[in-house]
Amino acid sequence: MTKIRLATIWLDGCSGCHMSFLDMDERLIELAPYFDLVYSPYVDAKEFPKEVDLSIVEGAVSSDHDLEMIKKIRANSKTILALGDCAVTGNVSALKNLYGTDAVLQRGYFELADINKNKRYPSQIVPKLLDKVIPLHEAVKIDYFLPGCPTPADAVYETIKALIEGREINVNELTRFGK
Amino acid sequence: MITSIQELQKVAENRKCSEENIPQELRVCIGSSCLSQGSDAIQKDLEEAVKAKGLQNRCRVKGVGCNGLCANGTLVSHCDSSKKEQTLYEKVTASDIKELVKCVEDHSVYKEKRCDTNQPFFTKQNKVVLQNAGVIDPNEIEDYIAHGGYSALFHVLKEMSCTDVIDEVKSSGLRGRGGGGFPTGLKWESVYKVQSDQKYIVCNGDEGDPGAFMDRALMEADPHKIIEGMAIAGYACGANMGYIYVRAEYPLAVEKLDHAIKQAKRLGLLGNKIAHSGFDFDIEIRLGGGAFVCGEATALITSIEGNRGNPRQKPPHLSDYGLWGEPTILNNVETLANVPTIIKKGAQWFKSVGTTASSGTKIFALTGHIKNTGLVEVPMGITLRELIYEIGGGVSDGRELKAIQTGGPSGGCIPVEYLDLPIDYDSLKSIGTIMGSGGMIVIDDSSNMVEIAHFFMDFCKSESCGKCTPCRVGTTQLTLLLEKFINKEASKADLELLKQMSEIVKSASLCGLGQTAPNPVLSTVRYFENEYLEGIKDD
Amino acid sequence: MIKQKVRVKTFKIDDITVTGQSDQTVLEVAREHNIYIPTLCYLEGLSCVGSCRMCLVEIKGCRELAPACTSKIKEGMEVVTTSPDIQAHRNMILSMLFSERTHTCSVCVVNGNCELQDKTVELGLEHSLVPYLEQRFEIDASHKNFVHDPNRCILCTRCVRVCDEIEGAHALDLVDRGINTRIIHDMDEPWADSQSCTSCGKCVYVCPTGALYEKDISTEEKLKKTDIILNLIKSRKKDD
Repeated sequence: MTKIRLATIWLDGCSGCHMSFLDMDERLIELAPYFDLVYSPYVDAKEFPKEVDLSIVEGAVSSDHDLEMIKKIRANSKTILALGDCAVTGNVSALKNLYGTDAVLQRGYFELADINKNKRYPSQIVPKLLDKVIPLHEAVKIDYFLPGCPTPADAVYETIKALIEGREINVNELTRFGK
Repeated sequence: MITSIQELQKVAENRKCSEENIPQELRVCIGSSCLSQGSDAIQKDLEEAVKAKGLQNRCRVKGVGCNGLCANGTLVSHCDSSKKEQTLYEKVTASDIKELVKCVEDHSVYKEKRCDTNQPFFTKQNKVVLQNAGVIDPNEIEDYIAHGGYSALFHVLKEMSCTDVIDEVKSSGLRGRGGGGFPTGLKWESVYKVQSDQKYIVCNGDEGDPGAFMDRALMEADPHKIIEGMAIAGYACGANMGYIYVRAEYPLAVEKLDHAIKQAKRLGLLGNKIAHSGFDFDIEIRLGGGAFVCGEATALITSIEGNRGNPRQKPPHLSDYGLWGEPTILNNVETLANVPTIIKKGAQWFKSVGTTASSGTKIFALTGHIKNTGLVEVPMGITLRELIYEIGGGVSDGRELKAIQTGGPSGGCIPVEYLDLPIDYDSLKSIGTIMGSGGMIVIDDSSNMVEIAHFFMDFCKSESCGKCTPCRVGTTQLTLLLEKFINKEASKADLELLKQMSEIVKSASLCGLGQTAPNPVLSTVRYFENEYLEGIKDD
Repeated sequence: MIKQKVRVKTFKIDDITVTGQSDQTVLEVAREHNIYIPTLCYLEGLSCVGSCRMCLVEIKGCRELAPACTSKIKEGMEVVTTSPDIQAHRNMILSMLFSERTHTCSVCVVNGNCELQDKTVELGLEHSLVPYLEQRFEIDASHKNFVHDPNRCILCTRCVRVCDEIEGAHALDLVDRGINTRIIHDMDEPWADSQSCTSCGKCVYVCPTGALYEKDISTEEKLKKTDIILNLIKSRKKDD
């Protein structure tokens, strides 16, 4: 049996959905034989690999780095699963859209800052924020959506199992926005 | 008070008599278009100049409604009954007054500003509804009566039963000129058949399409014709109260109508027991606040009732549940203005004009990239080519024609390959647009069709009342999506979404505004898809 | 006004033969026969406005889809409540509602107790088909007991109708047009300053989302009490 090359990644999210992934507990052992985990916050791979079968993406797209990553993921993945509300709707990450990027930077780096003596926005290393936080599918084509904040472990398990077995499932029986 | 046909004729003759005493007339167009160029000052100056020369017994100076060729305003026509001649002058300014007075004095022609009335713009038109426009003084009911006004109403009251009138309108084949094209006779009949103590006639003068000014011109030029049409409609279906709903942005039209209603009441042509007949009919004006959606039947009714002008779901139709819950006929200004002529000349005559399924004439407002911007009335079935190239004089600035937008925000764009299509309700529908109220915007090859679609979608977005979800959100989403194409940032999926969303907004919206808002998008996607493809970025 | 006698009509919903009274709507008869049609702006006991377009159904012979909540039944009519086309319409409309304002369920006071959220489960919509519009409205928390958060409003106007039709106060209405439409108190005053509001809370009970909610109670307690309206109507009838 060829193993499914699996990648997981979080963009602008809180890692809660990755926690849910781990919350599958002993079921991870049941799933493990089917996978090669080729890229993930759980493992130590620096570059996003090529020819990934399934990429599970948590979090929204909010910086130029996120946008670059999701495009890279799309180019190198057969299927992408958007995991959790941030990936599916923008969710909490997108709340800043109501005020705009400048207002958020202003608040974060000036109004609340006590060590930013130079009064400057960071311009190096830290990725540049986009004008608008967007869910994954507004940037690239997404194959599967699994909402939830965070997505319950059971929903993650059932969905992954269905993907392995090539079955259609109704994710709305397992989770929903804001669950 | 006029109570019989004889008395009516007497008024007409008196007026004609006084006209014969004053053999010449200078008719200054004081429609909104010419007025915006200061034609009222020209009228005043002419009056004074005529007086100064002591010609006031030989020439009357009067303000008249739209002459049609708005592009060349101010228009003044000189009527000389001693020579049985009428000369039209165009682009008249204050400096021409002297010359015009000279023409009156010498029975001469002022060649420099003379407008060629043998050009197709004039010869190809067939003025039925606009017969009096540019001829009579809309402020004088006697002038209207002298031109045959109110004789149809008297004829109806004396000689015809309600069903006779309805049958006549039915067999004339008159269809709603507001855009839908619903047979007027059938509409009247359905209200006639409903048992109710109270019924209403409502005249829709809330012309809101960008680029349309037919109804405005009509209300300004010949308000009595509309009043007469409404009274006949009232008689036919048993209504004794009428409302004219005019947008407040048409102050001149409101003024003329208001004045006309007062005059008609004074002469007993409106009010109780008109012509001793037992038929009561009164008319009031209601002003619209300028919301486009208030041109929609149910929203208009709601607005008259004094509520927020939101539409409601149909059925129930207005014929069952209209103004204040009573059976109501809602007709467009132009539809009602056709009625007196149909009664006077007969259904058969009316049917002989136009095509089999679309009889009569239609007024169009020619605008956009066209030489002869203005108002024209043509028989149905005329081809777009005749209308644009012969009557309209072709595309302005020597450019090529790209498309013609009909029906305003609810209509679509017609590409050049359909230039020989006859203009009638059904053929326009077959190519994905509508007759609409008669706005016709000519688009030349310098225009981008996606931008045109965006213009109309943006219009609908800001005019959506916000009641139903597909229109409220859909028009906003579609506007943003079109912006993506204009900025060349769209994807292939966006084109699919654009099409799908357009279809859903069309079929799921509550009222006509939402149901037709995607039409400009759908028709431009259909005929100019390449321009949308150019808006897709390679990725 | 025309008053017609009420008669019994027999017709079909999804090929099931049903009967109803001629003054009933398709939705009412469908509910009586346990046939599910999704709704949002509809609330039993209030007038029907047919504005959310969630309950669109196909009536054979009609060109357009019609809202079940305002469509009166007719003898022999054939209604189809679900089809791929109807489903596509409902999903798009639900997406539009989600995209219009800020429905961030995870931080909403009625998370788990929201009719809009429930619709995603009922219709099987797991992501919005249209981009989010990101409008921001000011929250009105001036009232001593209640909060109005227009960012979670879907403009169903249940609150407007309940205030007008059941409470008789008409303290609420709409202002502006299109996408900018908002619910307001009196002449767009802070809720606390509204002269006509009786603070009865009916608007809060009928709000399907978290746009109107009670202060100082936990999220778990924020149950919407839509039945209150119907019970009120029933008890008023008894009193008559």
